[in-house]
Amino acid sequence: MFEVRVHGRGGQGVVTAAEMLSVAAFEEGRHAQAFPSFGSERTGAPVVAFCRIADKEIRLREPVMEPDAIIVQDPTLLHQIDVFAGMKADGYVLLNSHHSFEKLGLGELLKNRNAARFCTLPATELGLKHVGRPIPNVPLLAGFAALSGIIKLESVIKAINEKFSGKVALGNIAAAEEAFLFVQQKMKGQADA
Amino acid sequence: MLKQTEGSKAVAEAIALCRPEVICAYPISPQTHIVEALGEMVKSGTLTPCEFINVESEFAAMSVAIGASAAGARAYTATASQGLLFMAEAVYNASGLGLPIVMTVANRAIGAPINIWNDHSDSLSQRDSGWMQLFAETNQEALDLHIQAFRLAEELSMPIMVCMDGFILTHAFERVNMPSQEQVDSYLPPFEPRQVLDPADPVSIGAMVGPEAFMEVRYLAHAKQMQALERIPQLAAEFKKTFGRDSGGLVRSYCIEDAETVIIAMGSVLGTIKDVVDEMREEGHKIGVLGIISYRPFPLTEVRAALIGCKRFLVLEKSLAVGMGGIVATDVRMAVSGTGLKGYTAVAGLGGRPIPKSSLHTLFRQAEKEELPPVTFLDLDWDAVNKQLEREKTTRRSGPVAENILHDKGIVSAKFG
Repeated sequence: MFEVRVHGRGGQGVVTAAEMLSVAAFEEGRHAQAFPSFGSERTGAPVVAFCRIADKEIRLREPVMEPDAIIVQDPTLLHQIDVFAGMKADGYVLLNSHHSFEKLGLGELLKNRNAARFCTLPATELGLKHVGRPIPNVPLLAGFAALSGIIKLESVIKAINEKFSGKVALGNIAAAEEAFLFVQQKMKGQADA
Repeated sequence: MLKQTEGSKAVAEAIALCRPEVICAYPISPQTHIVEALGEMVKSGTLTPCEFINVESEFAAMSVAIGASAAGARAYTATASQGLLFMAEAVYNASGLGLPIVMTVANRAIGAPINIWNDHSDSLSQRDSGWMQLFAETNQEALDLHIQAFRLAEELSMPIMVCMDGFILTHAFERVNMPSQEQVDSYLPPFEPRQVLDPADPVSIGAMVGPEAFMEVRYLAHAKQMQALERIPQLAAEFKKTFGRDSGGLVRSYCIEDAETVIIAMGSVLGTIKDVVDEMREEGHKIGVLGIISYRPFPLTEVRAALIGCKRFLVLEKSLAVGMGGIVATDVRMAVSGTGLKGYTAVAGLGGRPIPKSSLHTLFRQAEKEELPPVTFLDLDWDAVNKQLEREKTTRRSGPVAENILHDKGIVSAKFG
């Protein structure tokens, strides 16, 4: 079972991100369970959502406490809560920022970790560019597909088409494609370096 | 058709397939998404003929459902927590009058302190209301139980609550197999009321009944639920024939054949419990699970039969009878009375407190060794409790309890993350 925790703020589509991730996994014939941290989502308040992906029925209902992957939609949360709490030793981290982990003061986090599983992505900028709104969730999902290989970009696009239609869907697909390429190239550059 | 969707949406779709004619609702978390989705279906014309009535309170919601049902319409509503309490008088009336309303209860704690998260206090507070109560383990079962509930309710002319864990199920996206309209139509015939308010053939419903007949009317409500004990397994079997899957029934056991310790629970926590049981089985522990689907009527015979071979049982329940202990546990103990079985109660998950596997591993091992007190409170923060008790001992004006505990724990307000 692969467990993902998504951190962000109310209004950034955190719950939607986890739900779409579950839809993408479902599209690949897998079992998936997405759920919010059961709060009253208010704009700006810290929000957490979870997604489990497995090849058999998921019965577990506890919150994800030891995630295999963490997606951080809002880097300002780093000063507020321990978004990396419980992360598995070989976990993936995808963070919405145009800065590097070192620049964000997270160099320590990378120590003794597999750098190939850590990536930052300017997702808000991609959302603005393609959808006209600073919503980073879809670019991050596509970036997560590139970083982890847990889901395919095509499945993310299917999830987008299920959730949105018309211009919004097209914009989100363009954002997803650019985010996927960005992460793919960044990780390749990192591996080559 | 397989789909990945939210529990609330899945239930709303299943309700729509049951062709309700009147839906009335007042919004309250975590039930709201269900009636919102139904409202959209009525407005867009995909659910027709159906009248969607926005009311001014839960009391009105149940009153409208009563009126609609008495007029011969298939009536549905949904609520949770304080909403269920606010409609309580009408809840008793619906069953007292024998009206087959189906209501979803998206289980949520009852305040004060106000809390929107899941436990079973709300529907269990109405356990003696005369409504049947069926508890879903998964979103698949939640939607399946609604289809069975209309059939059972209308056959017996008695109302049913389908209980599903608020947020944990209602807001969870997971895989469900959505039946077709043809399947549901073949399982659920049109509503043929036993009593109907019809100007062409006038009757009154709701007579005042004195001491000379009241007990008989009440007994008949009990008799209906005893009939339900027979019908529920039959309807689950028929459901399997039509839809091809096991859903519903009175109880469901797991790894129970050679179990020396049996864990009993209701609702979605059964999934987590089964995972723990699998892990313990791998280590050689003889442990099993008994899920109770039908809480009302309570299947005394089936529970007794399931437990008779074990050495001890633990009822894990998301409810607390203040001043007493467990609510479900009381019924389970009645089922096994005279057997000499050792029984324990664990109150867990109140107000949405997570029930993690790690805590269950410890708890189940303690139960196995018979090291538990009769009633345990899972993951209770004793430091916080004792600090408040001490404060009350030493200070007369000790202040509001909830605020004190939040302050002691360093929480500014309820935490959402």
